[in-house]
Amino acid sequence: MEEKNERLWILTTPDKCSGCRLCEIACSLEHEGVIWPEASRIRIYELLPGVNVPHTCVQCPDYPCVESCNFDALSVDEVTGAVLVKEDNCTECGACVLTCPGNIPRIPAGKGSVVICDLCGGEPKCVEVCHEAGHDALTLVKGDYRSIYRTFAKDPLKKSVELARKLFGEEFMG
Amino acid sequence: MKGYTGRLLDVNLSTGRVKTVELDEEMLRFYGGRGIGTYILWKELGERWEKIDPLGEENLLLILTGPLTGYYPGIKTAVVAKSPESNGVVGSVLSSEVGIELKAAGYDGVIIRGKAKEPVYLFINDDEVEIRDASKYWGMGGIELHKTLLKEVHDELRRKAKLRGVPKEPAMMYIGKGGENKVRFAAIMSKLMHAAGYGGFGAVMGSKNLKAVLVKGNGPLPEVHDPEKFKTMLREFQRELLTLTTFRQWGTGAGGYSVGKDRSSQPVRNWQEEYHDDERISVVNFELKAWVKKYWADYGCPVNCMKISYLRYGPYKGAITDAPDYELMAYMGTNLGIFEPEKIIYLSYLVDELGLDGINAGNVLGFAAELYQRGILTEEDIGFRLEWGDERAFARLLELIAERRGIGEVLAEGTYRAALKISEMKGVDAMKYAVHVKGIGVGAHGIRSDLDYTRDISYAVSVQGGDHTATAGLPARSYEGELVNAFYDSAVICMFTTKPGFERIIEFGNALTGFDLTPEKWFNETGLRILHLQRILLLLGGPDAHWDPRKDDDNPPRFYEPLPSGPVKGKAPSREEIMEKVKKYYEEVGYDRHGIPREEVLEKLGLSEAKRELKRIRRRLGV
Repeated sequence: MEEKNERLWILTTPDKCSGCRLCEIACSLEHEGVIWPEASRIRIYELLPGVNVPHTCVQCPDYPCVESCNFDALSVDEVTGAVLVKEDNCTECGACVLTCPGNIPRIPAGKGSVVICDLCGGEPKCVEVCHEAGHDALTLVKGDYRSIYRTFAKDPLKKSVELARKLFGEEFMG
Repeated sequence: MKGYTGRLLDVNLSTGRVKTVELDEEMLRFYGGRGIGTYILWKELGERWEKIDPLGEENLLLILTGPLTGYYPGIKTAVVAKSPESNGVVGSVLSSEVGIELKAAGYDGVIIRGKAKEPVYLFINDDEVEIRDASKYWGMGGIELHKTLLKEVHDELRRKAKLRGVPKEPAMMYIGKGGENKVRFAAIMSKLMHAAGYGGFGAVMGSKNLKAVLVKGNGPLPEVHDPEKFKTMLREFQRELLTLTTFRQWGTGAGGYSVGKDRSSQPVRNWQEEYHDDERISVVNFELKAWVKKYWADYGCPVNCMKISYLRYGPYKGAITDAPDYELMAYMGTNLGIFEPEKIIYLSYLVDELGLDGINAGNVLGFAAELYQRGILTEEDIGFRLEWGDERAFARLLELIAERRGIGEVLAEGTYRAALKISEMKGVDAMKYAVHVKGIGVGAHGIRSDLDYTRDISYAVSVQGGDHTATAGLPARSYEGELVNAFYDSAVICMFTTKPGFERIIEFGNALTGFDLTPEKWFNETGLRILHLQRILLLLGGPDAHWDPRKDDDNPPRFYEPLPSGPVKGKAPSREEIMEKVKKYYEEVGYDRHGIPREEVLEKLGLSEAKRELKRIRRRLGV
């Protein structure tokens, strides 16, 4: 087999997330040049106050989103393993959205294409700002892909319920 | 127009009509938030201001952003209306992501007018705006609303745009039972524990039968004038704000002990004292006993001053609130003679769930307890004993207030109006014990010790009365004055993220808007314009309360009683000294010797039309 590059992956730890959303700001400024929370490649849900759930691509090894695309709009970055979006090719059909096990890709109204985390070419701005802000709810992991990563691909609602149980207990959730 | 979306949503709950209106040049002369809100209220209602019932159909409820909202670190949303507390205009600013969602939906704010026949909620999803039935949510508090209404609307948004992925949940503002029953100091709530407290706008929302406002914006924030400068300054500010380590560690809660111990300016038993040395209320005990989340922030905030307390054990198991912050530690704690964290957390939770302003609620509870202490209110009047430190009794009283039952009916009118009523009922002067300024209960920072940021005329001359976030002072054109606060409330940003300073924040605003605002221009034109207009509407007042600057530009009587305890025992200002400063303040801001804005100043500010209001003020005051 040919030489393997080290893969990158953003590990999210919702317990440490304060909900400050500096990551969303950094991401949308980096990719869109403006503050655009819904076009951020990472989004922080807060369905219950205090239950802050970061949500971004986990780069499944089989890339179901890339597989599902009929328009060659999605590809895999050879160096980082991130999913790359070719905006001109995207028809906003939603196939990748439906196929993602974590309901992660987002097609914000007015954008014209899907948005998926591209790891900022290897130095994700969200991770940088989260560290600077002292939370480290997002950290960059390097190395071979491990199957555990796939388990992070979960619907934000499901993740919220899990975190809420942890914070407030079963009783509060009713 | 940069930094603004350029339009406001205009919703008429009586007719169901929804339209958008342009943000015009006139409005921009008032910058945003509190400023634009004051202008709209004056423009539409100024001519008949005295006749407008704050809880009637004619009052407008304005939910506004400012040009800095969403760009500047830390998110805030301004609520402005004719206040049922002061009968003037209050700009009440709360932590709520409604502000950024509105901007992302393409609106700088929402004008809500009229009154719905049945309980409704307002749903905004970009251009889709609907007034929807809320009867099944009526009576609910924040926890239930998050589990039902917010979740249902989020599910709906998901379903509707299934192929577009999962949007972040909408932002929500709502009222509790207190607002539904038009308790004069009811708050508009957000995220369980954030409140637009001062002003009593929960009651205004309730009077319109409006249970909640849910907003989802899917677009970007409006374009800015100088993107590079904006980005550079934003990064600088974010880094600076990360150095606020005390706030990050303890929030404002460290004050629960230190404001009393070190500054002698904390309300204790209805301000009979302002000093205490009770370590049980130390913020560390809250952390040990209750914090389940130590760093909590709203959108864009590097400070993380919020914490979440949640009781997992004991009689008040299930109570959830923030740290609580200093204000509620004082007003749900020391002001009621309560010093134990669990009890304070419980009362804070209760006041939040009922949707009352914790400051004015704690003010009226303390007032009632002092009347009980003095035998003016009896067990028979109240229905039970009301001893200092008895959290169960205070909890019962809060419920009575929120439901306007028994003595709660009187107290639901707020400290000032309750004092009038009780004085009449009992043939005593209860106003002596009412710690309010112009109908608004004074925030939990006293003036007697002169050791806090609040002093002498902080409240006496403020256009927002007892509001501790709108304090006035000398020199009028400095950080001491109310003009700087008026800027933050009009830019609509959080006061706890203003470390970069007034001047640089103005510069940041210019990078967004392309304006050439300067501190001088704010102090002498824009800010002063807002202040004078607010002052005029405050002096018009009505229909049920009017203020006379000659007697009402003053501290509550209690603040002239010498402090009875602590290191600065015996300290209190003299009335002569205060009156002198009041006069000086009038001169500096351009009021005449009676405290009324001067005609020539209005002309200079481009407010000539408001001279018709001056005539009415003068006629009523006979000057």
